[in-house]
Amino acid sequence: MKKISAVPIIYILFLMLPIYWLVNMSFKTTNEILGTFSLWPQEFTVANYVKIFTDSTWYTGYFNSLTYVGLNTVISVSVALPAAYAFSRFRFLGDKHLFFWLLTNRMAPPAVFALPFFQLYSAIELFDTPLAVALAHCLFNIPLAVWILEGFMSGVPKELDETAYVDGYPFWRFFIRIFLPTIAAGIGVACFFAFMFSWVELLLAKTLTSVAAKPIAATMTRTASTAGYELGLLAAAGTLTIIPGAFVIYFVRNYIAKGFALGRV
Amino acid sequence: MNKTTYQKAWFFVLPVVALVAFNALIPLMTVVNYSVQETFGDNVFFWEGVKWFEDVLNSERFHASLLRQLMFTGIILAIEIPLGVAIALTMPKKGPWVSVCLVFMAMPLLIPWNVVGAMWNIFALPDIGLLGHAINGMGIEYNFTRQPFAAWFTTVLMDVWHWTSLVVLLAYAGLRSIPEDYYQAAKIDGAKPWAVFLHIQLPKMKRVLTIAILLRFMDSFMIYTEPFVLTGGGPGNSTTFLSIDLVKVALGQFDLGPAAAMSLIYFLIVLLVCWVFYTLMMKDEDQ
Repeated sequence: MKKISAVPIIYILFLMLPIYWLVNMSFKTTNEILGTFSLWPQEFTVANYVKIFTDSTWYTGYFNSLTYVGLNTVISVSVALPAAYAFSRFRFLGDKHLFFWLLTNRMAPPAVFALPFFQLYSAIELFDTPLAVALAHCLFNIPLAVWILEGFMSGVPKELDETAYVDGYPFWRFFIRIFLPTIAAGIGVACFFAFMFSWVELLLAKTLTSVAAKPIAATMTRTASTAGYELGLLAAAGTLTIIPGAFVIYFVRNYIAKGFALGRV
Repeated sequence: MNKTTYQKAWFFVLPVVALVAFNALIPLMTVVNYSVQETFGDNVFFWEGVKWFEDVLNSERFHASLLRQLMFTGIILAIEIPLGVAIALTMPKKGPWVSVCLVFMAMPLLIPWNVVGAMWNIFALPDIGLLGHAINGMGIEYNFTRQPFAAWFTTVLMDVWHWTSLVVLLAYAGLRSIPEDYYQAAKIDGAKPWAVFLHIQLPKMKRVLTIAILLRFMDSFMIYTEPFVLTGGGPGNSTTFLSIDLVKVALGQFDLGPAAAMSLIYFLIVLLVCWVFYTLMMKDEDQ
């Protein structure tokens, strides 16, 4: 095995320190957290995790979050696919302006939209449903998915399309049977990014839900403010939110670098 | 790639346009609507013209939070971009370590933003946090809930922790696209490492670095959740960035007019900077 430079190792250690501290706190009792300073739990306890898995206000938060994140990923990527194909293959009236307009929505600060979003989704009676959050997150996830997929699709030579056409493939058959498998990696990366940005966003998710569809992150902030200072519980909930992310990274690990470059390397 | 002109391609983009327009245009029009009116509740509105815009543009509070925002974005760009490039240069080029590095480095990017704030809060608490405890242990007085400088230091460190990996991944992707021949040619010519960096690696990374700066600019300019959970904008107003200030005005005080005017000015600033970057990037791509 080749030797590895010290810099990435030091950097990774720096990244892991706060995470370690969070995990460490999650296995401590509240008394120990507030009473003593220790590098690892002195009285090891899983009570915080037991509470999360048995109390429905806690664990439904996870289901709610995963529901709207999953919905959003499916919606964003499936509508972005044909659009990205159009941008990568055709020139049409207003294409460049349209592309930039899409990107501006990735740039819109969610704080600007919080209040109007609340009114809009209340008006169409979707307030406090996972679908509302899933649709709202489309605002920044669709542009990003289009951007990434367009990057990956532009890397596929146009001869592929032309050959299929000459061979008499109807367009949709070509698109689904031949083209999509060719850019499978790009689709994976686009799904990963849609998942990522929907999973980490909180401001809109919190604004658009109250009780029934409350995301886990909102449960956490409300616990922090109402139930006093239950740091151990908060730490355990935080630790659990890291797991889905770590899980999906593992699947796209070979494409992640190219994905962050939006398929443009 | 040479593209064919095909107007019916609009049908391909129609679902995207419909969904995004629904989410973007209706709320944006609501904001524009509020920004020129005054309300006393009960859905009664009066035309106010550009009064709110004048108010916001002349208010010291807005100037102060804009200045803080610019400083914050400037500082984190100045740290994260060079640091990210430096780390990417030392990454292994192939082998099993690559995946390990990438997976670990990407971890902070997938943690919900409020958890990032809460995690750093716990990490930096002066009495029970590892960081706070260590700094105080070195004899430096440190309490990010009381000292503005400590609050800034913690917020910047948190952002560096959170987002430097994005720059590393982008720069690494750019570096990997350089063919091995280039390095061999440089070796034969006897080029020094910094010359290799300046003439081979940096030009090859130009495009991905533009994306990195663009993404980091956008995201740091709209940062809300992490500093809000970490410091709540305090102590005083010392870490009240634009988004935090805006939410305070809009949802805290419910001053819809000023909040809407502020939103639009805020959005226009972001748009302007991004347009410049985007134009630069596309010019590069066309070549």
